[in-house]
Amino acid sequence: MTVLTPETGSDAGAAGARRRIRRGRLRARWTGWGFVAPFFLVFLFALVAPIVYAVYLSLFQDKLIGGNRFAGFANYTEAFKDPQFWAGFERVALFLVVQVPVMLVLALAVAFAVDSARLHWTPLYRIAVFLPYAVPAVVGALMWGFMYGTQFGLVSEFDRWFHVNLPDPLGNSLMLPAIGNIVTWEYVGYNMLIFYSALRVIPHDIYEAAELDNAGAWRIIWHIKLPALRPAMLLATVFSIIGSFQLFTEPAVLYPIAKDQIGSAYTPNWYAYNLSFNGQEYNYSATIAIVMGLLTVIVAYLVQRLGQRKQGA
Amino acid sequence: MAVTEAHRSARGAARPARRSRKAWNPNKRRKSPTLTIVMTLGLIYSLFPLFWLVVNASKSESNLFSTNGLWFGGHFSLFDNVKQTLTYNGDEFVHWFGNTLLYVAAGAGGATVLATLAGYGLARFEFPGKRGVLAIVLGAVAIPATILVVPTFLMFSKMGLVNTYWAIIIPSLINPFGLYLMWIFARDAIPVELLEAARVDGARELRIFLSIALRLLRPGMITVLLFAVVQTWNNYFLPLVMLNKPGLYPLTVGLNQWNAQSQTAGGVPIFNLVLTGSLLMVIPIMAVFLVMQRYWQSGLTAGSVKQ
Repeated sequence: MTVLTPETGSDAGAAGARRRIRRGRLRARWTGWGFVAPFFLVFLFALVAPIVYAVYLSLFQDKLIGGNRFAGFANYTEAFKDPQFWAGFERVALFLVVQVPVMLVLALAVAFAVDSARLHWTPLYRIAVFLPYAVPAVVGALMWGFMYGTQFGLVSEFDRWFHVNLPDPLGNSLMLPAIGNIVTWEYVGYNMLIFYSALRVIPHDIYEAAELDNAGAWRIIWHIKLPALRPAMLLATVFSIIGSFQLFTEPAVLYPIAKDQIGSAYTPNWYAYNLSFNGQEYNYSATIAIVMGLLTVIVAYLVQRLGQRKQGA
Repeated sequence: MAVTEAHRSARGAARPARRSRKAWNPNKRRKSPTLTIVMTLGLIYSLFPLFWLVVNASKSESNLFSTNGLWFGGHFSLFDNVKQTLTYNGDEFVHWFGNTLLYVAAGAGGATVLATLAGYGLARFEFPGKRGVLAIVLGAVAIPATILVVPTFLMFSKMGLVNTYWAIIIPSLINPFGLYLMWIFARDAIPVELLEAARVDGARELRIFLSIALRLLRPGMITVLLFAVVQTWNNYFLPLVMLNKPGLYPLTVGLNQWNAQSQTAGGVPIFNLVLTGSLLMVIPIMAVFLVMQRYWQSGLTAGSVKQ
């Protein structure tokens, strides 16, 4: 590894080495780009260009008469007045407000339990709860769809055993909770692992000090663990917001067995997909994607600002 | 010499908690039966659907409807089902499996390479425009990937890339969160002095990267690779939009197609194959996941705490 140069040791050598370092620095001014460029080029092509193209498309309208022509913000004003879009947006917002807290509180509880050292066979629980994250969302939705369904579902089974008549999980009023259950099942473990990882890096002398002060388990949770978890909770919340707003796979997979409940605009993403593929309304579909992307970034940013301000206070 | 020492300390830094925690708490705390019982409910909730899948993948099409859904019943047909799944409609499933592997290898593998190079570049070099690159890329972490799917489809269809392997591979190559993890990891795991020493010795930057940095970055790379593999393996929206030739489908789209087949007029229901195919799809990713599980935690720690 070491490359000995003839000048090493002599004064001239030291000067030479200095010169090389200086030249090295100059080179390093641009060599950084050499490492970043491959990522950045693909980034420009696969992420920036589609956004730019979508913005371009959203400014045009395809009319039967007159063909494709510039329409300014007409698509945007249409989107803002589109009841289908807003119904979908309200649905994912409701989903966000109910499902995300449930999921994060469950994840937090499991993380505390797994971290507490008071649980038997801790690794078993940690792995078991994380395992559903490995299940593809399609397979998860398929399985739960079968279990919810009447064909060989558990609901009908339950009805038969206990001679009751449970409501249909795929019926209109329970559809959203049914999807919420699938998403919760998939992601509790992932969020639990974020929290658990954060708990593991709390320095142990803080616990020692707390125990010397006779702090109980709940006080340690309240005064040490929860404050230490703030950044992790912020991260998990932002990821969950993004996840809720882009809800797609679960409604798409359940659609064939619950066509009437899900329709074509159940979530904004599903709406944008249907506009493109069943309606050929590419310009409007691009507009919906952009509006939804903007709304997501704004909400994620606001939540992050709010969380950081609390942290600072 | 210096390299191995730094190597060791960097690996130690990736998981310091476990060691120090053990010294303080030699696992001698009182176990709580109540807590264990409550957590067992959580365990049942998490594993129950997988148990259901195994039970029902072992039933023939007719037994699916006629026997108790919660327990094995009738003839044990798992192996028949596996054989049928693999051979149905001209070995479709095997092709989809191969496609999935290709998408994962090229997409997740490429994403890891690009994220590692760029993360190292951002963490260990000063260069003009660096702040701008960082701001743009980190801003992209907040852009939901699926929002991009429809716009990317529209652009790719204009360019004739739709219905090709590239339509799946190229978007999978960009993983802003992976870059973020690698950037943080490179910053913590590679001492600047080590790079300076190598430069004084006259090594070129690429050589320094390949022979020194890459070794120190390995734990971070494995973490990023794991997340990218799961993401690509499980991806549904992108291939659903980009592909309409069944020959190019990954397993996710293929399986759902099989499922939807029963709902269409004149379609033959093959629920037993959907379930067995789902089981066959879940097994490999879970195996990867169980073998590599300690890396998940170290990656998430880098992402969530050292902000």
